[in-house]
Amino acid sequence: MTTDKLAAVPPFEPVVLAESREITEVYCADLLSWAMGRAPEGCCWCTVMGNVNAVAVASLADVAAIVLCDGAALDAEAEAKARQQGVNILRCALPVFEAGLAAARAAGLYGL
Amino acid sequence: MAAIRLNYDVPGDDFTRAGEASADLKARMKKLGMPSEGLRRAAIALYEGEINLAIHAGGGQILVELGPDKVEMTLTDQGPGIADIGLAMSEGYSTAPDEVRSLGFGAGMGLPNMKRYSDDFEIESELGKGTRVFMRVNF
Repeated sequence: MTTDKLAAVPPFEPVVLAESREITEVYCADLLSWAMGRAPEGCCWCTVMGNVNAVAVASLADVAAIVLCDGAALDAEAEAKARQQGVNILRCALPVFEAGLAAARAAGLYGL
Repeated sequence: MAAIRLNYDVPGDDFTRAGEASADLKARMKKLGMPSEGLRRAAIALYEGEINLAIHAGGGQILVELGPDKVEMTLTDQGPGIADIGLAMSEGYSTAPDEVRSLGFGAGMGLPNMKRYSDDFEIESELGKGTRVFMRVNF
């Protein structure tokens, strides 16, 4: 499933839609250095970190999209950076694990 | 392709600007058609270095030499230096302040990630004088 298609599946909503990317895995983490070292390329990264550094990590680690979970906010500077760097950002109100599970189900990953 | 030399200054304590060098390097490598895995490894290693310079050293300098089959990155600072390099290289060890942790950093993964994503990694430090890190990523 692609990022733009996931953004259209409730409970996900688009925040920044850049180039559409294929979602190959789901990854959950909030510590940025942890995520940067381990988030797989092309993953859908579920986190509550909505700052400019999270956008930088997503861009450098080449994730398919950030999914802001638990109603976490994206600050204005981060949104501007995401548009500039072409980072897809979705949001949902679910906690991180449930959001990851919902994304994996929607994308048909891990046999779900 | 002859090596391309790039110089960056990283300001201290500005975590919003830290990342500009790695983003610029990534964009240049992408434009040159460098392999995506090498590009990703170099960008991640350099970003961790930039964050370390901003958090711990009050800023510093980066020299990048980009060739057809490798990229070499040298990070130099005039910060406080590292007392115990072996300890600093341990995953999970961090001296980052609370305000940095609240941004999502300070997990003690910076130096370990830099080493993990480099094919060659060297670090030397002197207390009160600063630290120099060399990283090479082969494509």
